[in-house]
Amino acid sequence: MEDQPLVIGKYKFKSRLFVGTGKYKTLDIMKKALEASGAEVVTVAIRRVNVGIKYGESLLDHVDNNKYMILPNTAGCYSADEAIRTAFLTREMGVSDMIKLEVLGDEKTLLPDPVETLKATETLVHEGFTVLVYTSDDPIIAKRLQDAGAASVMPAGAPIGSGQGILNQNNIKIILETLSVPVIVDAGVGTASDVSIAMELGCKGVLLNTGIAMANDPVNMATAMKLACESGRLAYLSGRIPKKLYAKATSPAKDF
Amino acid sequence: MQLTVNGETRECPMEISISRLLKSLNVNEDHVAVELNHEIVPRAKFGERILKENDNLEIVTFVGGG
Repeated sequence: MEDQPLVIGKYKFKSRLFVGTGKYKTLDIMKKALEASGAEVVTVAIRRVNVGIKYGESLLDHVDNNKYMILPNTAGCYSADEAIRTAFLTREMGVSDMIKLEVLGDEKTLLPDPVETLKATETLVHEGFTVLVYTSDDPIIAKRLQDAGAASVMPAGAPIGSGQGILNQNNIKIILETLSVPVIVDAGVGTASDVSIAMELGCKGVLLNTGIAMANDPVNMATAMKLACESGRLAYLSGRIPKKLYAKATSPAKDF
Repeated sequence: MQLTVNGETRECPMEISISRLLKSLNVNEDHVAVELNHEIVPRAKFGERILKENDNLEIVTFVGGG
């Protein structure tokens, strides 16, 4: 079964798995894991260059932006103003007008601040960015973010880096029913089945970082995530059987 | 003259352009974005923008992130 590409704004992707570049033990492991994941889109953050005596290295020295679509994020921003300023800086880097917008509410939970997130979305959409916005699994704010012009809405399955998978499938289902822009689960993915579940529910993609980067074997985990994404998507397209309370025999009763 | 670069005070020659400063810091100008006194400076202007005493520069680049 041939699937349609994932369409976000003016961009089309074959792979529905987006992978982050943070928290890897070494750059070599990161490169191998990205390769194994089959991802076309990789996320990066933006930070001050190390301007000491040593050469001020950039991730662009290690991630080929002809091979990958770089999706910069606004990690570390706690207000709309900070996130907007950061987004403009990422656009100045000259590789992308896509932005993964995250505006956090507090350091401990890393949960998004819905008010500041909505403000930043409105401004960045107006300024011509393709906004993929990180949010909670609240269907109301998800709809507001779509209405504000987000190209994709990215509800968290669980807190960032927590590895708990999708904590509230019902909310994700409601978001999928309500929204028409691609819904991509972002945050909380712990292992392959979490990715599969998201895709089986009907999500258009999954974004993860910690689940791969901090696995014991990130490269093989990246392969597992890739397979889970493909299998979950295929299962979704194939139309599952409904869940039933009672049994239904697979062979007809008697009649011989 | 004195400048602030990424939060730290530095001594720099007078009449230095952003391009020359980046080179002296071993920073690849194609891999960074620059804010001068809270205003983004487009990369195309790095060569012509001359820094002044007490200017505040933020030089940023992509790093790993999720």
